[in-house]
Amino acid sequence: MAPSTILAGTARQTRGFWSRLRTGDEVAHLVTFAFAAIVLLMTILLAVGLWKTSGPSQAKFGWKFLVGTNWDPVAGDFGALPFIYGTILTSVLALVISVPVGVGAAIFLSELAPPKLANACTFLVELLAAVPSVIYGLMAIFTVVPLLRQYGEPFLKRTLGFLPFFQGPMLGIGFLAAGLVLSIMTVPYIIAISRESLMSVPRDQREAAMALGATRWESTSQVVVPYARLGIFGSVFLGLARALGETMAVTMVIGNDPSIHASLFASGYTIASVLANEFTEATGKLYQSSLVELGLVLFLITIIVNALARLLVLATSRKGTARTA
Amino acid sequence: MTRLDYRKFVNLVMLTLTGVCTFTAVSLLFLILGYLVWNGSRSIDWNFLTKLPLPTGEVGGGMANAIVGSITMVGIAAVIGLPIGFFGGVYLAEFGGRGFSFAVRYMADLLNGVPSIVIGVFAWTVVVVPMHQFSSLAGGFALSLMLVPITMRSTEQFLGDVPRELREGALALGAPKWKVVATVVVPAAMRGILTGMILGIARIAGESAPLLFTALNNAFWATGITQPTASLPVMIYTHAIAPYDDWHRQAWAAGLLLLCGVLITNVAARWILGGGASAQKA
Repeated sequence: MAPSTILAGTARQTRGFWSRLRTGDEVAHLVTFAFAAIVLLMTILLAVGLWKTSGPSQAKFGWKFLVGTNWDPVAGDFGALPFIYGTILTSVLALVISVPVGVGAAIFLSELAPPKLANACTFLVELLAAVPSVIYGLMAIFTVVPLLRQYGEPFLKRTLGFLPFFQGPMLGIGFLAAGLVLSIMTVPYIIAISRESLMSVPRDQREAAMALGATRWESTSQVVVPYARLGIFGSVFLGLARALGETMAVTMVIGNDPSIHASLFASGYTIASVLANEFTEATGKLYQSSLVELGLVLFLITIIVNALARLLVLATSRKGTARTA
Repeated sequence: MTRLDYRKFVNLVMLTLTGVCTFTAVSLLFLILGYLVWNGSRSIDWNFLTKLPLPTGEVGGGMANAIVGSITMVGIAAVIGLPIGFFGGVYLAEFGGRGFSFAVRYMADLLNGVPSIVIGVFAWTVVVVPMHQFSSLAGGFALSLMLVPITMRSTEQFLGDVPRELREGALALGAPKWKVVATVVVPAAMRGILTGMILGIARIAGESAPLLFTALNNAFWATGITQPTASLPVMIYTHAIAPYDDWHRQAWAAGLLLLCGVLITNVAARWILGGGASAQKA
């Protein structure tokens, strides 16, 4: 019996539909089908809801919304560029720090560490991923920001101050603090998925490299990592998706200033944090719908990044090098 | 230095570096935990657990309403989200056809990847706006949207791990499929499914972004689920960014309480699952 053919959902089958619901199998199928359909509908409703609610803003600004640099609730002029810039800048900054650390740790856990140590560390890393975002924010306000203000930023200014990225007043809060916190938050994801990709590289690959006289590091860097590269890229994109949508920790340290600066010391704003800060205070349809449209933009960006990540991880699993996404 | 020595040297340096990376990542957890315990344990007292917040500037008071509010909203989310996730997962694992299941899986993954703040915006448009009221109901709904995909995928995964022979044995005895699923397959996977649910609950309990403009906040007791409600994560946020030392003290206390709750739940869930299997898929 193939119950899936009973409820394929085509019009042809609606006739005699209820009379078919006599046996428990069909009832069970229908009930679970209904719950699965709820999930589908909720996601569609989410996308449509965001689109509809942001209508007034779309009508007024059109595509210019995405490139407008002015955010002035009093004058009713809204542009999303400073927020998109802040979101992408902080996320990329986070990855610049977290990818080397995360992939390095994944290599250690999959290639070097004895199984007991590796399992213990993996468990702790999973716990790190479970720490709520607002706790990271709390830690960041009282540790990362003062440390950056007193030591980190003066040091960067002394050594790399000729670059435009490390200039201006050193407040502690700003893009750099947000990027740093995000890097800590994305590391667990990168470690977990990179490690799985590395672990599913066949043993013979390593042994062949070793047999040719490669050192452990040469076999890892020239054979194992390239073999698992798609899965590792996938982990990077998943980390990126997390970082893009992260709200609380970023809101607490980024400084909340809707303007574009090259300097990482400057205060900025991200899409998620402007929503967190201004949504409850937004008055008027246009202001509210502009904020909702920002949410829509963030939604679309994360969908694209997530889809890329899944494609990459899927591509490796097709090849047989990574099992899970 | 010969070429071989150089290669061995590079080998040693790089492998040490990977160890340093691991140490850094793992030590972060202990740093966070230690710092929170250090600051929070001095602030948690009986007042914190049983009193309402005091007006700004007055020293003392607690977060009893936020603790109860958090529990209420996680409860609402569980009541809405767990059944949908569970039955959806059963459908995908046991009954699903090809095309529709793919669509549901895809949408669930999509929902799982949606930033929590965007979920909050959505819950605001469908619950807060029609009700003209911030409420714990809206907050619970937002949290349930995050819980559904987690529960669904973990349920599907653990059902899929149930050996084929179990199903075939039951079917061979003449049981109809629904009975096989309800009395053999689901009980066999129950431990894993429960673990997935508990981890999902632990995850949403720490979320503040979806609550900011659905449940809002409240300095007093919420009188019902249609009233604005305080929650621990939102309280931590508002107290941490406020300029008062006493509020910071309370933020630490609330942070410690929340983190302990989340970590203990995570450890317990894995302990229930047992046997080292990693239950959490990113």
